[in-house]
Amino acid sequence: MMATPTYEPPILITGGRVIDPANVRDGTLDVLIADGEIKAVDRSISADSLDGNVRVVAAHGMVVSPGFIDIHAHLREPGYEYKETIATGAEAAVRGGFTTICAMPNTDPAIDNAAVVDYISNRAANVPARVRVVGCVTKGRKGRELADMEELISAGVVAFSDDGDPVHDAGLMRLALTYSRDLGVPISNHCEDHELCPGGVMAEGWVSSRLGLAGIPAVAEEAMVARDISLAELTGGRLHVAHLSSAGSVGMVRQAKERGIPVTAEVCPHHLMLTDAWALGGKGDPNVAAGPFAYDTYTKVYPPLRTDADVAACVAGLADGTIDCVATDHAPHERVSKECTYHEAAFGISVLETALGTLMSTVHGGHVSMPTMIERLTTGPARVLGNGLWRYASLSPGTPADIVLFDPDAAWTVDASKFASMGRNTPLDGVELRGRVAATIVGGRVVFEEPDLLNKGDAA
Amino acid sequence: MVATVPNDTEVFEGNAVPVPGLRRHVLDLDDFTADEITATLDNAAAMRAVLERDVKKVPALRGRVIVTLFYEASTRTRISFEEAGKILSADVINMTASASSVEKGESLLNTGLTLQAMGVDVIVVRHPHAGAPHFLARNLKNVAVINAGDGAHAHPTQGLLDLYTARDHLGGLAGRKVVIVGDVLHSRVARSAVWGFVKAGAQVVLSGPPTLMPDPFTQGGWGTAGNIPARQTNPLANVSVEPDLDAAIEGADLVMALRLQSERQQRGFFPSLREYIRRWQVNDARIGRAKPDALLMHPGPMNEGIEVSSNLAHGERSLIEEQVTNGVAIRMALLYQLVGATAAES
Repeated sequence: MMATPTYEPPILITGGRVIDPANVRDGTLDVLIADGEIKAVDRSISADSLDGNVRVVAAHGMVVSPGFIDIHAHLREPGYEYKETIATGAEAAVRGGFTTICAMPNTDPAIDNAAVVDYISNRAANVPARVRVVGCVTKGRKGRELADMEELISAGVVAFSDDGDPVHDAGLMRLALTYSRDLGVPISNHCEDHELCPGGVMAEGWVSSRLGLAGIPAVAEEAMVARDISLAELTGGRLHVAHLSSAGSVGMVRQAKERGIPVTAEVCPHHLMLTDAWALGGKGDPNVAAGPFAYDTYTKVYPPLRTDADVAACVAGLADGTIDCVATDHAPHERVSKECTYHEAAFGISVLETALGTLMSTVHGGHVSMPTMIERLTTGPARVLGNGLWRYASLSPGTPADIVLFDPDAAWTVDASKFASMGRNTPLDGVELRGRVAATIVGGRVVFEEPDLLNKGDAA
Repeated sequence: MVATVPNDTEVFEGNAVPVPGLRRHVLDLDDFTADEITATLDNAAAMRAVLERDVKKVPALRGRVIVTLFYEASTRTRISFEEAGKILSADVINMTASASSVEKGESLLNTGLTLQAMGVDVIVVRHPHAGAPHFLARNLKNVAVINAGDGAHAHPTQGLLDLYTARDHLGGLAGRKVVIVGDVLHSRVARSAVWGFVKAGAQVVLSGPPTLMPDPFTQGGWGTAGNIPARQTNPLANVSVEPDLDAAIEGADLVMALRLQSERQQRGFFPSLREYIRRWQVNDARIGRAKPDALLMHPGPMNEGIEVSSNLAHGERSLIEEQVTNGVAIRMALLYQLVGATAAES
């Protein structure tokens, strides 16, 4: 996107609410950035003693935190550049406050060897966000034989996943967990037992019955979560449950952690807010007749949007730490993939630019505290990956200056046509959210700013 | 003036009932009010009178163009719509997906836009995917869409003809017990019938293999599982499930048997046809447990001897052929309500 920076003037962020989970810090503080690094975080830092070029950003009423880390994003490159590119995905990321994103490997070719990892790293060299790569568990993502895992790690992958599909064969999953046990990298599994949801397109329940759509029961996810937890216990391998979405799964992960089994889990913003009733076309109202706006293909996603009880369980799991982090599962699609019948439509939601506003609904609702939410977006995901990302997840002096400033109360209406992402596929189009990114800083450089919001911070 | 002049619009327009609300599309019965259902059935009665004339032709829809766009095989529904349109003097064009640009990969949306650009007034669509008519209705601004069956979702004109036939024989439907038997899970006929009968005040009991009931039914009715509106606001609170047909049929006013697709047995939803017949065939012995004058309906096409015994299918209780006749009248009424009234004004 932009050329590599040569000299970036220092930045002084003043008067914001600094939340820095890595250092257990939450208070009104100033943050000084120079040479691409955090220089100081303190009660009041004077600009007078600094380089005359220093940019002072007044952040009153804003939250200042480490940039968000997304360990699950579909950037579609190589192979599906008509859906998204690394450049457009990274631009969408920084608009959403994400400074590091992890590219999922269901590309074409799939990311199952070092050459594809290198290709992505090259394509990501000059984009505004940091891009890390997730490698396939199996060769060609075909679920038959393990990929060259050590080679992939040497090339820089931070996790393994066949996401889009599960590692369906239980024996192979056991081998993957055992083989990768000493490599320090988790296996992230997309839990979906195909035999339990043949042809399913939305959550099985009252709404699917009304709409006559083939259902995906929660047990299709839960059966595999249970299997994988048993395999993690058996092997000692590092299991990560991708996009956990049902109340039953939350309970099983909670119990597994209590028993000391090495399992982590993520949840997507939409599973913390939206239900299957959104498929009726009334923005979540379950009482509407299924009129022309029913069968909203933008609500089609795997795992499917489920019930209020599942949403509540996921929110509670995020709050109590059962779920380690938020991950977007950003899944951009071109128009034609969604402009069709529900049955034909592709699974997936374009999430990066609405994530913060969606997550803030649980904070404003009093279900998750602000510091906890920030933890689940910074140190939480860094802990899941357990390597190298830690320094991007804190505001410790000397670490790279990856920072987000956001106004937690700013109300705005989602307009998908203005997305930086090529994927405009969101059921939230036209919905008012509260919580908006004012500025995103990566390596000491402002890569995104919303002048109206920043000026508001000035005036305060 | 000769009373038998067939193409005298006044003859039935004088009888036509004003329909509450302005409806653009017919997608399912869940957005029909009870009053609108009643008015539609009343209009269908006027249309039946036209059907009984020597020369079945009235000019109500002259100059209107109707396309039947069928992505699935159909005999009765397609011909019924075609006949309804032609009796009302509309120009009816039949389009079959297998003999059109659909075969060349044209999308449903682009097919719809093409038909709209040709000035079509009504698209009657049947599609294997639930929600296909909604998709067309959402995207076509100048065309009225009628759902002629979408996947396992809805078949509203079938629901209305079922209501018409039942009302014709039972008088009112309020408080009547209607038993629907068979593969409810995959049945668009059942879904529309449930909405229709419940809105008309009837009590609906579903019976059939537990594997072919949608889960929310089996979990205690449309009232306990998942994102369900509170019981007092739930429009489907009067629906219950009784897998045992002998118990379900007790005191019924009307029994509706659903078509059983043989592939369901192949996919293991129930053990064998023999066992299905044993437990869920509607026959003389079973209907003996219903009210003495209880009636039998079936949407067709029927697997005679499986869902319904031959004896019963062709006996006095059977309304199966009458349903077909009434289907033409219902479709005439809906077409008239959608595009006939405006035609008269313009």
